[in-house]
Order: sequence, then C-alpha cells, then structure tokens
Amino acid sequence: MVYALVGNQNCGKTTLFNQLTGSNQHVGNFPGVTVDAKTGEIRGDRGDAVVDLPGIYSIRPYSNEEIVTRSFILKERPDGIINIVDATNIERNLYLTLQLLEMHIPVVLALNMMDEVRSNGGTIDIDKMQEELGIPVVAISAVRNEGIEDLIHAIKEVAERHVYPKVTDFCEKGAVHRCIHAVSHQVEDHAERIGMSPRFAATKIVEGDRDIIDSLHLSENELDLMEHSIVEMERDSEMDRNAALADMRYAFIEKVCAQAVIKCKESREHIRSVRIDSVLTNKYLAIPSFLLIMLFVFWMTFGVIGTFLSDLLSAGIDRLAAVTERALTAYGINPVVKSLVIDGIFAGVGSVLSFLPIIVVLFFFLSILEDSGYMARIAFVMDRPLRRLGLSGRSFVSMLIGFGCSVPAVMSTRTLSSERDKKMTIMLIPFISCSAKIPIYALFTAAFFRRFQALVMIGLYALGILTGIICAAVLKKTVFRGKPMPFVMELPNYRFPSPKSVLLLMWDKAKDFIQRAFTVIFIATLIIWFLQTFDMRLNVVSDSGDSLLAMIGKLLAPLFIPLGFNDWRAATALISGFSAKEAVVSTLSVLTGTGMSGLGGALDTIFTPLAAASYLIFTLLYTPCVAAVTTIRRELGSAWRTTGIVCMQCGVAWLVAFIFYQIASLCLQFL
Amino acid sequence: MTLDQVPIGQEVKITSVGGEGELRCRLLDMGLIPKTLVRVQKVAPMGDPIELHLRGYELTLRKEDAAKIEVV
Repeated sequence: MVYALVGNQNCGKTTLFNQLTGSNQHVGNFPGVTVDAKTGEIRGDRGDAVVDLPGIYSIRPYSNEEIVTRSFILKERPDGIINIVDATNIERNLYLTLQLLEMHIPVVLALNMMDEVRSNGGTIDIDKMQEELGIPVVAISAVRNEGIEDLIHAIKEVAERHVYPKVTDFCEKGAVHRCIHAVSHQVEDHAERIGMSPRFAATKIVEGDRDIIDSLHLSENELDLMEHSIVEMERDSEMDRNAALADMRYAFIEKVCAQAVIKCKESREHIRSVRIDSVLTNKYLAIPSFLLIMLFVFWMTFGVIGTFLSDLLSAGIDRLAAVTERALTAYGINPVVKSLVIDGIFAGVGSVLSFLPIIVVLFFFLSILEDSGYMARIAFVMDRPLRRLGLSGRSFVSMLIGFGCSVPAVMSTRTLSSERDKKMTIMLIPFISCSAKIPIYALFTAAFFRRFQALVMIGLYALGILTGIICAAVLKKTVFRGKPMPFVMELPNYRFPSPKSVLLLMWDKAKDFIQRAFTVIFIATLIIWFLQTFDMRLNVVSDSGDSLLAMIGKLLAPLFIPLGFNDWRAATALISGFSAKEAVVSTLSVLTGTGMSGLGGALDTIFTPLAAASYLIFTLLYTPCVAAVTTIRRELGSAWRTTGIVCMQCGVAWLVAFIFYQIASLCLQFL
Repeated sequence: MTLDQVPIGQEVKITSVGGEGELRCRLLDMGLIPKTLVRVQKVAPMGDPIELHLRGYELTLRKEDAAKIEVV
C-alpha cells in the first residue's frame, strides 16, 4: 500500500511524517521538478509506504509544490490519502480537504494539534465531523506522538476496503450546483476513460485548469456546451467562476464548522505569538533583532561551535593522514601512490569534509528558525528591499548564510516557495564573499595595502554585493522575465520546533554532503592532484612549475593580461582555487617556493599593487569552489544551468576586474 | 475603500476580490472571498507588506495586491 501525506504548509506535516516512519526515509526526486517528495516505510509495518508531498493550500497547477502533489495523486493514484489539518486553523485547512474529497481516493482526516484546541477550551466534535465530511477523522498530536496508531489503523482500513469519501457534493442547491452537475454529467465518459473522478474533472473545468482540460480530450462542441453552463452560473450567482467555487467551498466549510467546532477564545499560542511579534516584527525593533539573531547564529556556527568542531575534525583527519603516511612509508609503497593517498585523497576530501560540522551546526539553527515560524517573519520584514530585485524576503536568509559558506547557503534555498526565487537566489549566492576567501584577502592586503587593510576588505565585500545586485537587475530583465510568484504567505503561530524533525534535517543535510564529498568532490580533487603531480609525459614532477596544472596556468595566463597580471603562477593558483578557495594561498606559496612568511614579499615580484587589487576582485567573483558547484548542481537539478552559472561567474569576474584595472590605471596616469 | 487603505486594527468586510490569474486564485484559496471579515494587524517595518487577520489565522500581503481587494 502507498499512502500520500497531504496538507497545508505549517500544519505539522513533516513532524507527522517523521512520527509515521521514524528514520526509514529516502528522498525521491520527481522528473522535471526539483521539489523533493520523501518516501518512508510506516513503522512496524513492512511494505506500507507514505509519501510526504509538499505543503500546499489548493490543488492548482501554479507552483512546483502544487504540480508535484497533484500529479502524484492523479498519476500514481495512491491507495489512500492522509490529509493532515491544523485543528487550530481548521477553516482554511479544510479548503484543501474538499478538493481531495473530489478525487475519488480513500481519505482519512488527521486533526493535528487537537491538544492545543482542547487546552484552550475549544472542542471539535469528531463524530459530527466524520458525518459531515463522509470520511474517518482522527484526532492526533504529531509533536507529542499521540493518535498516530489510530491514524495508521484508520488509513489501512479505508485503503484495504476501498472506502471512498461519501460526501462529494458541497454545493447548496443553486447556480453553482446546477453548473457543476451539468458539467460533470457531460464530462463523465471522458473522465472515466482516464480514470479521473467526474466531479473533480468538472470543478477543474469550471476553474479553467488547462492541464486537466487538455488531458480530457474534449471536443470543441462539448467545451462550448460546458462554457455555456459556466457563463450561466456566473450570471446567476453574480460572481465569476473562481470566486463562485471558492465561495461554494468556504460556505460548506463554515456550515460544517458551525455544527462540529466550538472555537475557543483567543488561544494562548496566538496571544504568545502576538507578544513575540510585538518585538520581532515591531517597526523599530524588527531589523535590529533580526540582525542580532543572525549574528548569534553566525557567531555560533562560524565562531564557536562550528569552527571548534571543524578544527577537531581536521585535526583528526591530519592525524589519520600522518598515521597512514607513516604506515605507507614503512611498507615501502611507491611514492606516487603515497602522494595520491596523502596529497590527493586526504588533503582534498579532508579539506572539504572539514566544512561538515559547519553545515550541520548551521542547519541546526536554520531548522529551528524555520520550524519555529520565524523564517516567515523574516520574509515579512525583508520583503520590501528584495522585491526590487525580483526576489521575496525569504531569499535574504540564504544570502546571509552565503557570507559564511556558499554550500549551506545554496542548500538552504530548498525552503523557498517559488522555483523562480530559488534559481535566482542560487545564482546570486556566489557573489557574496564566503569566509574561505578571507585568507586570500588577508594575504594580499597585508602585502600590498597594509595601511588600508580594513578598507580594502570592506570594499571587496561591498563590491561583491553591488555586482550581485546589478546581476539580479539584469537577470530580472532577461532570464527571469516572467511574473514573480505572488507574495501571499501565512504567518503561523510561533511554536517549539520538534527535536526529532530538527535532528532528522541535520542528519539529512550531513548525509547529502558526505555523499557528495566522497563522489563528485573526491573525483575533482583527484583530478587536481593528478594535474599537480604529473607533467606532459606523465612523469612525476620534481619542480611544481613543470606540472600539467602549471602548463594550463601558462596557457591561461595571457587571458589575464588585460587585468594587469601576466604570470602563470597567478593563473595556476586560480585554477587550484576551484578545489577550495584557501588553496589559492597555498598554491602561490608552493609555486613561488616560499613559505607562508615570505610569501608576501614574493608576491611583490608578481603583482603591482593595482594588479593585486584586480586579482583580488577576480578571486572575489570567479567560479565558486567545487563543493559549492556540486551543491548548485544538486539543487538546480541541471548540469547545463550549473555550467552556465560557472561561466557567468567567471565572465562577470573578468569583466569587473578588467573595468577596475583599466579605469584605475587611467586615473593613476593623470594623478 | 480598498484593503491597503484600511487603518491598523480596523476590521472590515470584503466586497470583491480583483486581480487576475495566479494572484487572484491564491487570494481566494487563502479565504479572502466576499463577505469575509478581515482585520489589518500590522504594517511591516519598511511600510510594506501588511499583516492581516482572517478566519482565525494571520496572512501577509503586499500593498499593491491588497489594493485589488474592495472592502467596506
């Protein structure tokens, strides 16, 4: 049996999914879209699976989430649907339920957060609700793990016995009723031929849903007849078709709620939320408190815990590398193999793997921000400045994370509600200078701009942001010309995040990253190692200036003449920076044959101060590192687009450094 | 009057919902339909969007979209 888990956003769906399945989950990707639907086995039951579909408010063909959910239900035809609703916000939640009931698939309604309703003095008459909706209703509390067994029992029962929803007629006698019945009668044969419920087909035809209308293969004549009934309905009900249907559904819901729901007075949770919001979305305090919260998250992640764990991990990896090296030396293994293991695998994968603690810690905080409801407030507060760029407020958090590391920043775009926002945010994140570039800035500013060190640093960050804004403006006019998704967003009550969900998310992200570290990133570091170690005739090089990598560097060096630096070592360092940005510094030190202490002096022979600034600008903006690129590839689901982003970044970096260098040289001439 | 002009704290009744395509469907799906009571709760710190209270929950809308909703 396969069950679909369907519900609004913010109704505790993921928490319920985690309760139903435990850690027995895997992510399934649907072709064509990058929204994930997780599948898990129901606990204690072999062979019964639940699919966690994206949170939606209505079965419409607009957002990716909606398309995934509806095509899963229509095409995969699950044996049953678990429809989870937030009992504290039942009216709007039932709107989706009514659309599910029309689809002729067994449904069980899971009333989540019933404990909250009861503790505030409200009640929901379960029996009455079952009677009115014609489906089994189970009260649960996903966070407290209550009612889950009953829910599993109920869904099994209806799925095994094929108990379909008994009530599908939500309209009062009147214009809408007449129209839907007329259309559903006309469409019956067509709908049944493709295994669709006629009632569902009829409402979608009335709503003007192109996908469904096309799939029904209706003749011109039939469409005309239906259009006639719909126009008649619009005239009689004095509403257009979409408003008439929404009105019909909400009228039915109000009727059901009047009979089965005793609303409480204002709930404690709501009062608490309003109180928290009186600070967090306050006119004057909102932005300072947002900055404070983000600063705290950053400080913890990149300062306290994350760095501590990262250092611990890299110390562990170094220790392991040392032990392995000694063992290999003692064994007398071929030096090339030793170099492969130590300089290739340990150095490459090890340096990337040391990001892992940062990612895990960051996602710990992010999932708390998301699950507590604060993320929605950030979107509310920051919407205005980002709208100009064609983005919505939520993207702001992802971009901020970019200052730490692009990898988790790109991963965090997963929660953005629109595909367009997600793609655009991912394209802009690399412009935000990540913390791995700091060693490069530190080296160069110390060598060339000792007196203006801080100023140059700030200038670089600002330039990155400015370039990002210009690119966003260009992208908005070109690639992302279409209309942005409307910003109609729920602000849920603040809630305590469920520890289980937070832990599972952290585990998910960690697993994802480790997988990539040992596959794509592993291969990429091997390639870099290979290029560094061998020369054209595949002999091991003794002087790093003869390696294949240096050859490529020499080949590419002329490209950078217009930017002011014509030195193969500078170009080679840029290439090795692709494996990790810190590698630019270490490569320069190896190629100039100086230790870290003498490196500053050696750079003087390669760069003029102006060329150094131009080099810094190029490193600020050029391609993200391999870990970030593979993450982008994973989130965009397209190798082409990822290549496009890498090329765009390099192109923009070259252009900006070129403009800077040429203008600055001109200015210096006149001075 | 349109919804973007309603002062904070005032409760109003929707008379018609304009806009078109996806935006309009979203507004309707979220329960902004004629005869619904809506209270304007708050304006975001930078003056836009606004926070509404309706049907027992909070919803946020941009002012330009709220301007398409007629209220009394």
